[in-house]
Amino acid sequence: MTEPTTARVRFPTALRGGTGTVSVLLVLIFVVIATQNPSFFEGPPLMAFAKKAAPLVVLAIGQYLVIVSGEFDLSVGSLVGAQVVIAARLIDGDEAMTYPVIGLMLLFGLLVGLVNGLVTTLLRVPSIITTLGTMLILFGAVRYWTGGAPTGALSEGFRVFGRHGPDGVPVLGQIPWALVIAALLTVGAILLMRSPYGRSLMATGDNDTAAAFSGVRVWRVRTLAFVGSSLMATVAAILIGGFAGVTAQVGEGLEFTAITAVVLGGVVLGGGRGTVVAAVLGALTVEALFTLFNQLYLPSTIQPTAQGLIIIAAVAYVSRRGDPRPPTRPRRRPDPPNERQLDSSRR
Amino acid sequence: MTRVVSASRNLRARTGTTGLVYLALVIVLVVGALFVALRGGNLFTAANTVDLFTRSSLLGFLAIGQTLVILCRSLDLSVGYVTALSTMVAAITMAGDPSRIVLGIGATLGLAALIGLVNGLVITRLRVNPFIATLGMGLIIKGYLDTRFQGPGGSIPAEFQTFGLSRVGVLPVSTLVMLALAVAVILFLRRTRTGFHMYAVGGDAEVARLSGIRPELPVIIAHVLCSMTAGVAGLLLASRFGTGNTLVYGNGYELEAIAAVVLGGTYLLGGRGGVAGTVAGVFILATLDTVFNTLSVDPFVKDVLRGAIVIAAVAIYARGQHARTAVRLRFPSGGAPPPATVPPDPPTSPPEAEPAARGGTR
Repeated sequence: MTEPTTARVRFPTALRGGTGTVSVLLVLIFVVIATQNPSFFEGPPLMAFAKKAAPLVVLAIGQYLVIVSGEFDLSVGSLVGAQVVIAARLIDGDEAMTYPVIGLMLLFGLLVGLVNGLVTTLLRVPSIITTLGTMLILFGAVRYWTGGAPTGALSEGFRVFGRHGPDGVPVLGQIPWALVIAALLTVGAILLMRSPYGRSLMATGDNDTAAAFSGVRVWRVRTLAFVGSSLMATVAAILIGGFAGVTAQVGEGLEFTAITAVVLGGVVLGGGRGTVVAAVLGALTVEALFTLFNQLYLPSTIQPTAQGLIIIAAVAYVSRRGDPRPPTRPRRRPDPPNERQLDSSRR
Repeated sequence: MTRVVSASRNLRARTGTTGLVYLALVIVLVVGALFVALRGGNLFTAANTVDLFTRSSLLGFLAIGQTLVILCRSLDLSVGYVTALSTMVAAITMAGDPSRIVLGIGATLGLAALIGLVNGLVITRLRVNPFIATLGMGLIIKGYLDTRFQGPGGSIPAEFQTFGLSRVGVLPVSTLVMLALAVAVILFLRRTRTGFHMYAVGGDAEVARLSGIRPELPVIIAHVLCSMTAGVAGLLLASRFGTGNTLVYGNGYELEAIAAVVLGGTYLLGGRGGVAGTVAGVFILATLDTVFNTLSVDPFVKDVLRGAIVIAAVAIYARGQHARTAVRLRFPSGGAPPPATVPPDPPTSPPEAEPAARGGTR
């Protein structure tokens, strides 16, 4: 377990985890972007990039919480779409409704996370299936509710978070609220992971049996992780809705992009390893990659191919780096399936 | 309550989990038929039955392949894209010429096998997480398809379209092929060395390795076979459409196949389950679709119901499993229960520490 701060201070430690690798990758992509477009680092374009990247950063933090506890959350993309549509329909251009609706959205996110978490932990449904089901349910329910196409409009007050920010800052021009929110949430998540809850979460992801024996209430810790992920998706929905507006396709495929970002940061699927900082850097890297594609004028259809190649290459690189443990460890840890297998063979 | 539990235990002891899945299939059929009957319809008309079997064949191919991969504790998220690519390859290679059918089938399956081989090698040799490796592969194929093809292309000769369209009685030929493939894969898993190795590697790769199995080989073979079944699914789709169609990757086949596999009782983390259960899972999903269609449920509500039913079914299934195993969860030799060993320090934690333990005392 490489903690964020020690990873930064002691460089060799940082390089062993995913943080170093993803930092190098990010810097590399930024360098290429800079050669293509020297004005990229002149403040306003950089802030525009931050504004665009913020939702993915927020989503990656949420997904990180779930992945580090050894689960998946495939429902976030659908949830983002559902939340944006809900906001548009309920606000319907009425400024006075902005904050009540945001409150309602947070409650809805809380509910979805709670359902995901409780179904996964107490009913013991694999989280891929749980969140896949939630994804289908949200997708269908929202479209049924709106009759297929999103209706209504967002208020200006709602769009402030995704679009605007304090103006007239020297050099940078405008600091987007999205950047502020993403930064605050990142710091919050780092602090959370250093709190007793964060340690329990990490321990649960590493080996839930051992964690349970140490007095961790595994089901509660994991459920809270799902709640965190859904709340983050809600925040991301507020940012995306403000930034891009309402369409039927909002949020499509975001769950895979978020998982890609987290894994690119070297966070191991299966849990117990990786840092918040790495996940955030992973999100920035993915977003930087998209920016780079745009600048190279690649046909937008070829982007997935490059994205796929780079993800595989990056993860293969992280897996190879002198530390053979990440790939083998999740398989070796004594988790429930092995127990059950023992049981079944004796039957 | 206890009697019900022990009865279900006895049933499970006799039939295994697969029996339960088939029981669930019967229940779904009966409940579905009742619902349709309440609306004054009949679920088992010839048209509905054909519809049910037709739906099951496509998903069946994908789910059979996915079962092999999941048994090895891997995952294949690229099958939807492989299917789409296969429809194009088949249609373009055949080009409407009956004499090129064999060539078309060969090219399609060969390319699919190659993709599976790459998947397997990336996962085992480069040690990339299967989720990422196959997702990446899917993205690569998607990019290629979107860039190279603008719409439907190629053409399937009428002779080959019989594969997708003709049927024997109410049974479509494609469903018969799917069932034959299922039987073949069941035999493969139960009779061959590689089949056993798949279970061993899925259960615990390290133990398998220490027992003298090369853990990479079964995983690679599973991925090759999985991609090939996706290729067959592509051939089937192409023969139904008459052309190649790139957009079928948007139908979410990979997730539906995984749902069918898990519904069929195969453990998502590998080493347990089988194709017989998967076939039942496929038929459950196909039955649901047919019932929804007969009742003309709003397509969006259909998604909601499907999601809820998959979760509920897996929850019920997992519940029985855990109630049984939790009795000897960590103490096969009958050691002390966990509460005694947990220090009283964490407030109110001991009896709550493990929900499974509570379930087990029932």
